[in-house]
Amino acid sequence: MLELFLHLLLLFGLSPLLSGVIGKTKALFAGRTGPPFLQSYYDIWKLFGKGLVISRTTTWVFRAGPVLALAVPVLASLLVPFGAIGAPLSFTGDLIFFVYLFGLSRFFTAAAALDTGSSFEGMGAAREVTFSCLAEPTVFFCFIVLARLSGSLVLSTMFGSVLNTAWQSAGPSLILVVACLFVVVLVENCRIPFDDPNTHLELTMIHEVMVLDHSGPDFGMILYGAAMKLFVLGALVVRLVFPGTTGDVLFDTLLFCGGMLLLAVVIGVVESTMARLRLLRVPQLLVGTMLLSFFSLILLLR
Amino acid sequence: MDNYNPANLLLLLVILFNFFLLGSSRLGACIRTVAIQGGILSLLPLFLHGFSGHSLILAGGAFLLKGLAIPFLLLRAIRQVQIKREMEPLIGYVPTLLLGTLATAGAFIFSDRLPLIEVHHGSLFIPVGLATLATGFLMLITRRKAITQALGYLIFENGVFIFGMLLAEAMPLMVEAGVLLDLLVAVFVMGIVMHQINREFSSMNIGQLSSLRE
Amino acid sequence: MIAALLLLPLLGGLAAFCLPSDRFRPLLLPVCGLAHLVLTFLVIQGGPAVHLSMAGNWIGVDPLSRLILLIVSLLFCGCSFYAVGYLRYRIAWGNRIFVSCLLLFLSAMSLAAMARHLGLLWVAVEATTVASAPLIYYNRNRLSIEATWKYLILCSVGIALAMLGILFVAYAALAGSAQVSLQLDDILQGAANYSAPWLRAGFVFLLVGFGTKAGFAPLHTWKPDAYGEAPGVVGALLAGGLTSVAFLALLRTLQIMDAAGDGAMAREAFLVMGLVSLGFAAVFVIRQPDFKRLLAYSSVEHMGILAIGVAIGGVATFGAMLHLMNNALTKGVLFLSAGNIHRRFASKRVGEVQGAITLVPVSATLFLLGFLAITGSPPFGPFISEFTILRGIFTGGHYLTGGLFLFFLAVIFIGMGSTVLSVVFGTPTERKGDTNYRETLVTTGTPLVLLLIILLLGLYLPEPARKLFAEAAALLEVKP
Repeated sequence: MLELFLHLLLLFGLSPLLSGVIGKTKALFAGRTGPPFLQSYYDIWKLFGKGLVISRTTTWVFRAGPVLALAVPVLASLLVPFGAIGAPLSFTGDLIFFVYLFGLSRFFTAAAALDTGSSFEGMGAAREVTFSCLAEPTVFFCFIVLARLSGSLVLSTMFGSVLNTAWQSAGPSLILVVACLFVVVLVENCRIPFDDPNTHLELTMIHEVMVLDHSGPDFGMILYGAAMKLFVLGALVVRLVFPGTTGDVLFDTLLFCGGMLLLAVVIGVVESTMARLRLLRVPQLLVGTMLLSFFSLILLLR
Repeated sequence: MDNYNPANLLLLLVILFNFFLLGSSRLGACIRTVAIQGGILSLLPLFLHGFSGHSLILAGGAFLLKGLAIPFLLLRAIRQVQIKREMEPLIGYVPTLLLGTLATAGAFIFSDRLPLIEVHHGSLFIPVGLATLATGFLMLITRRKAITQALGYLIFENGVFIFGMLLAEAMPLMVEAGVLLDLLVAVFVMGIVMHQINREFSSMNIGQLSSLRE
Repeated sequence: MIAALLLLPLLGGLAAFCLPSDRFRPLLLPVCGLAHLVLTFLVIQGGPAVHLSMAGNWIGVDPLSRLILLIVSLLFCGCSFYAVGYLRYRIAWGNRIFVSCLLLFLSAMSLAAMARHLGLLWVAVEATTVASAPLIYYNRNRLSIEATWKYLILCSVGIALAMLGILFVAYAALAGSAQVSLQLDDILQGAANYSAPWLRAGFVFLLVGFGTKAGFAPLHTWKPDAYGEAPGVVGALLAGGLTSVAFLALLRTLQIMDAAGDGAMAREAFLVMGLVSLGFAAVFVIRQPDFKRLLAYSSVEHMGILAIGVAIGGVATFGAMLHLMNNALTKGVLFLSAGNIHRRFASKRVGEVQGAITLVPVSATLFLLGFLAITGSPPFGPFISEFTILRGIFTGGHYLTGGLFLFFLAVIFIGMGSTVLSVVFGTPTERKGDTNYRETLVTTGTPLVLLLIILLLGLYLPEPARKLFAEAAALLEVKP
């Protein structure tokens, strides 16, 4: 019970901080002061206190999108171990459940975007779905590699203590997996070079354009959900990179949190040093990533 | 073989660069990647054969030529002809990438079946060498700019070089030096021809080199 | 002496590069050519007892090298005189690069002929590619760039494949726990222990690699372009010298396969390559509208004949050795005279070049005689050598091969004949017959001398020459 509490505390408490760290890193690169670390918390708090405007043309689908966008990352997080804190929920084959939970939320976000009837939002939905569908095989190839290494189809085992030995026996493969999952983190969370979260031109937006019509608490839920999604997916990468556990819960948790912050810094660096890809090139890169993950599987199987 | 062997990690990097080369459209980036690939390869003799005089000279020579001189020539060539950034491949980037991965996968599976000597079982050298050869071949076949064909040739040579690493004792220094020198001169001549192609056709598309046919 | 053979053209090339005068620079060519020929004769005179070698047995002269060296040297010497006349005509274009590259080309070919180390052989063959690329580009127009680029890329990649083949051969030694060396004598000695799969893979790569350079079909695609666009003198050196050197490299691989006891497989591959080349040549020769490209296909054909001769073995091997010489010199005659006709008409299309016999009578006659010689008409040398190969085929009982061989030869004779005859005879088209080119003694004398040599080889084979060919052929016999 305590573990579940700690788990959720980490998720809810820490996830908005990540975008703050990313923002600070980018500001540092640009030579600005940047928004404070806790800006995301203020934003979400502010949004939850606001009123709600809903277009008359929309239906219940429009309201369901944000709810799922918030609920799904929470649910998915239960399957993932956060450092030494084991996953509160796990069953055989939960890796498929994990991937399709995000599929579900994506479906509703896209459906909500379509529900508004705006052409921009439809365009964004089309792009979002295309890119995710290209990223999905990568995730599965990575999971297959890990499943093969651990001999288990349970996420908490796959990202558990097996990794310690796996790094010795299949290091090259795991490096590729880390790289691929990092790309997935970037694309799923709409970061540069796939999507620019700070863009102001609807034509070039992908994710942001889908949520243009949401306001107030709904938009707050979307923001909070997005932060948690970054946290959950990032947790996978961090777990892969820092597989060691000392047994001391406090130390391990601190290590994990440090890893997450480091990940945020790395994302910030990537965003500062890279330009956004042209839309045509994004599928190319994603296919490349998929092939890389496939290759890591081959490397492992031979 | 121990996977923490730094040579194996370098070889893995070589494969990643292969993928990048197949997928990238920026000529400058491609040339630099080939340069880095060549530089990485030139470190291999040190890891494989230790710091003997032979491997030191070989590594130094390979680094100078593959990592510095040849890329310099090519970069100068594209600067001279002010080449456009994009290339128009005969087969798209994604299909070539797919083919490249298939070839790489094939190389790994195939090299498991080869009658290798005991020491080389499970070594990454042979599959990576084969995969790099295949990458070079793909570049040669699918690209239309003269410079990318030259790059394909260089990648191909890199593949041969990887394979040659296993047989350092068979290749005396003199011969290695001759091979590298030939490579350099070949690229030099290619650079000159590229310049002429560009001057005559005001483009480096070898698609326009099609007057001579039956 | 061997060092002199290599260094003479090399230094000549450097001197040519430094010499400022376009007028006098070409004179270096006959000087070097003649000196090279004299040195070659001295080396050959050394006889089989003297095994000249240097640099730790990396460079040495065996009967095969002697033969190739003689071919290259004879042809180059002839071409060097011709080149003087040619470059005088093209004085305005400058010739610094051309002359230096020609001499470097000679040096590289000599090195390849005498290399007794596979790595060195590779380096030398690749050097021939690099040295000859600027030669093909001498005309400096769009077509010659295209030809140069194709030549450079195709041959370089082919040669890279050959490198892989060499490495495979070395690996075969490693896998067979034999001594790992690329020195030819070591390989021949240890080949029996080599791991067969690796050796075979290596052979295939070497065949493809050096086969590209020699121009076997279907790897010949650079040939028509390069031969067609290069000046006649370069075409002659490529078709006669370079292909012979590349063929020598192939013969070395055959030697290795023989030593490993796997010669049968290698010979089969040679036979298939040879027949395919003959077939390709037969198809493309017919109605070929460009008489220099025609010669390129003839070169493909003769590579095929050589391969078949070596593949059959026995008498045919002797025939193939003889044919190496005949083919090279006849190609010299053809390309040099074709170059003259080309210059007179400023065209090499059959429709535009007609009645050469009235405008350039000597060259046209030489071209016609060269055509008769290369297609195997008596009394020229190629008749004897092709006949010998054919005899070998039929006495060996390869009737199907023999039949195909004769059929392709007949088709090629007819195909070439129709083109050559329409170039030589007919009434000249006035529109094109107005270049200021006139025949001179050097540009017609050289092919004439070469023609006389093959005529001599056809009528009477002097004993030392016969011994040279027989010794070379003996190296390729399967030892029990």
